[in-house]
Amino acid sequence: MSSYAATTISSQAAANRLLLRRKRAERRFQLYGILAISAALGFLVVFLASIVSRGYMGFVQTEVRLTVDFDQELIEAGSYRKMLRTSLSELFPNAGSSRAERRTLARLVSAGTVFVLRETVEADPAIIGTVEDVWVLASDPVDQFYKGRIDAALPEEERPISDASLARIAALEAAGRIDLRFNRSFFTRGDSRNPEEAGILAAIVGSALALLVTVVLSFPVGVMTAVYLEAFAPKNRITRLIEININNLAAVPSIVFGLLGLAVFLNVFGLPRSAPISGGLVLSLMTLPTIIISSRAAIRAVPPSFAEAAIGLGASRVQAIFHHVLPAAAPGTLTGAIIGMARALGETAPLLMMGMVAFVVEVPGGFTDPSTVLPAQVYLWADSPERGFAEKTAAATIVLLGFLLVMNGLAVYLRRKFEKQW
Amino acid sequence: MLLSYLPLLIIALFGAGAFYASRARISAAPQRSLPGLPGHYGWYGTLWTVVPATLVYAAWTIIDDQVIRNVVLSDFPDLSGAAATLLYVSIENAAAGVMTDDVPMASVELLLHLENLSAAARFALVTAVSVLGFFWGWRRIRPELTARDRVETALLVALFIASIIAILTTVGIVLSLVVETFRFFQLVSPFEFFFGLEWSPQIALREDQVAASGAFGAVPVFAGTLLITVIAMLVAGPIGLMSAIYLAEYAHPRVRAVIKPLLEILAGIPTVVYGFFAALVLAPSMRNLGVDLGLTISSESALAAGLIMGIMIIPFVSSLSDDIMTAVPMSLREGSYGLGATASETIKRVILPAATPGIVGGFMLAISRAIGETMIVVMAAGLAANLTANPFEAVTTVTVQIATLLVGDHEFDSEKTMAAFALGLTLFIVTLALNVAALRVVQKYSERYE
Repeated sequence: MSSYAATTISSQAAANRLLLRRKRAERRFQLYGILAISAALGFLVVFLASIVSRGYMGFVQTEVRLTVDFDQELIEAGSYRKMLRTSLSELFPNAGSSRAERRTLARLVSAGTVFVLRETVEADPAIIGTVEDVWVLASDPVDQFYKGRIDAALPEEERPISDASLARIAALEAAGRIDLRFNRSFFTRGDSRNPEEAGILAAIVGSALALLVTVVLSFPVGVMTAVYLEAFAPKNRITRLIEININNLAAVPSIVFGLLGLAVFLNVFGLPRSAPISGGLVLSLMTLPTIIISSRAAIRAVPPSFAEAAIGLGASRVQAIFHHVLPAAAPGTLTGAIIGMARALGETAPLLMMGMVAFVVEVPGGFTDPSTVLPAQVYLWADSPERGFAEKTAAATIVLLGFLLVMNGLAVYLRRKFEKQW
Repeated sequence: MLLSYLPLLIIALFGAGAFYASRARISAAPQRSLPGLPGHYGWYGTLWTVVPATLVYAAWTIIDDQVIRNVVLSDFPDLSGAAATLLYVSIENAAAGVMTDDVPMASVELLLHLENLSAAARFALVTAVSVLGFFWGWRRIRPELTARDRVETALLVALFIASIIAILTTVGIVLSLVVETFRFFQLVSPFEFFFGLEWSPQIALREDQVAASGAFGAVPVFAGTLLITVIAMLVAGPIGLMSAIYLAEYAHPRVRAVIKPLLEILAGIPTVVYGFFAALVLAPSMRNLGVDLGLTISSESALAAGLIMGIMIIPFVSSLSDDIMTAVPMSLREGSYGLGATASETIKRVILPAATPGIVGGFMLAISRAIGETMIVVMAAGLAANLTANPFEAVTTVTVQIATLLVGDHEFDSEKTMAAFALGLTLFIVTLALNVAALRVVQKYSERYE
């Protein structure tokens, strides 16, 4: 009897220990799950924060206020360079007049300042003969220093900006002639070899043109395919072949579409390289499966009673589908199209093959002009060694993510607003 | 320029006109009960006006460049191949206003003349066909015409053609890859390509140039792809699977509704952004960390690229695994709980074994995504083909090689560019096989519980 009680007690203790261990294992397992999710989301936060912290300074740019004498003679002679030089040496009278010294002085402002002065005059000829204050872009080293990205404590040889320039920046600051201002040229210019002048307008327009081609081609074709497969296709070999094809195309790596575009569109059809029309064609083939799959889901979600009621009232099958089912499926179709477009906007690899990763200064004016796209611009700038471009890369990334956020937000909004339980 | 788009405008205008004219004609007809709505008769007229004319326009546009080229180059019978192409390009440029020297002006003028002639002829022809179609269709508008049937048949044909485009795309991909690969294998033996240990595709300019012997042994490239994929899966596998388990089995539905879309953001971020982060943020800090720890970590290490790629594919693992686990019938869980198992024991011993096929499918899709990913590795991995398993060294991948071999290359018949297509074909086949297998597995699985 006593031995039985002893075993019960000892097995009770063992069971308790086991239970405790199992409960601990349970908690541990749950913790792993929480840790995994936190790791993924934590990365997302770090990732976005690091891009924003690198990029937000790209939206402002250091500018210098120069007092320029728009001298008629100089303008007629076209020597804007001299005009700039005069205005700089008036600011710093004892900068020296040797060639090297003059060049260091001119390096305070962007290399494009001369053209900016000419544009100012061309835009407003009344300015000729007056003395005006003009805000011009500072050069990249000055800009980086003013934003605190260059350590002045380093020895002179190890930083891209000389002691003399540092002294001048201090003087400009004391006179209130240097300031961080909103970087307009980032949104109004194309690419440039000088980081301070580089902008994303050309890339944005290029992206817009390519996406226009994509949506015009892939949306109608995608919806038509979806309608055919969901409503009209007979159950036979060809239909099955089409379905298998679409599912597999959706998983083909994007760079393979680039190879297709290169071999077929550029080499066989002779479409222009680097042009939105060729890039857009490749992107539309790539987005087609996305649009087809989501449109099919949207059409399938419309209850059959819609079509049946219409047919019962004498409509043909085509009328029933096009007048009743398709309008009911429109929000879902549209959502799919927007998501497809968002993916196309972020795509770079196939465009690499189509020559759309290019140095483009001029804003493209048509579908056959050389152009680049926003993600390609990010890629190009990320490769550039100048410090200023690192900031520009992150800023362009923020713009790209912003566009994607708006598009995906729109898709979610549409889905929420029009989602119906029939 | 205007003349090239004018025919399309004409077609559109006549098409609209045909619609109203045909509709008016049938509305004026005495019969009351028609085999179609008046609009169907309108569309019938439009189809006759628009379709033949558009086909003529397209055919003319495709053919005329080639014809003009032949006529212009017929003045230079002794040129052929690349030389002829070069000459023709410079003539075209001169015609477009970009002056290059040494262009035969007579040919330039001939080209311009022919182009104008062709545009004018096309305009006339398209207009004529359109007008003929208009009257042909209009004359056939009678109450007995089964307009609805005919218009709907035409529409169905259009729908079918649209869905054929998917097949055409696949055919285009396979053909373009296979043709170039075949040409490549005539120059380099497949045996060398698949089993060779040295990859240096740049053709040597000097004889003693390093790493440019034109060797096409792709094993180091495949090995590099494999290394980065393995690193990526080591990140994405555990994190993705544990996230999916937590979301499917533990999380409150409301938490799940928030977390799941947040995780999917990871798959929606453009890969170039990941590449930027890997190359400019992660790789430098890893190199510095390596210096502190006394390790040599290359600034283009496989580790940085693999880590970031792993994060990118977390949602591919987690979403599918999550769906699959949610689809496991409740009765299995209840049975396990009834026997006294804890939640984690149920997951480990019941849910996961039941969901294994689906989870494997999800992993396969993620691997295929990792193999085919381009921008992250182009920006963060290296170009040099090192045959190594050391994650701190730089390796190269299939996609990096495809991109670098083809970018900026206008010549299209060197071994280099063809090698890119051979790599592309390998990539296509491997990812396709993974996808087909994954879909099979998932499909089989979902049938099991239906």
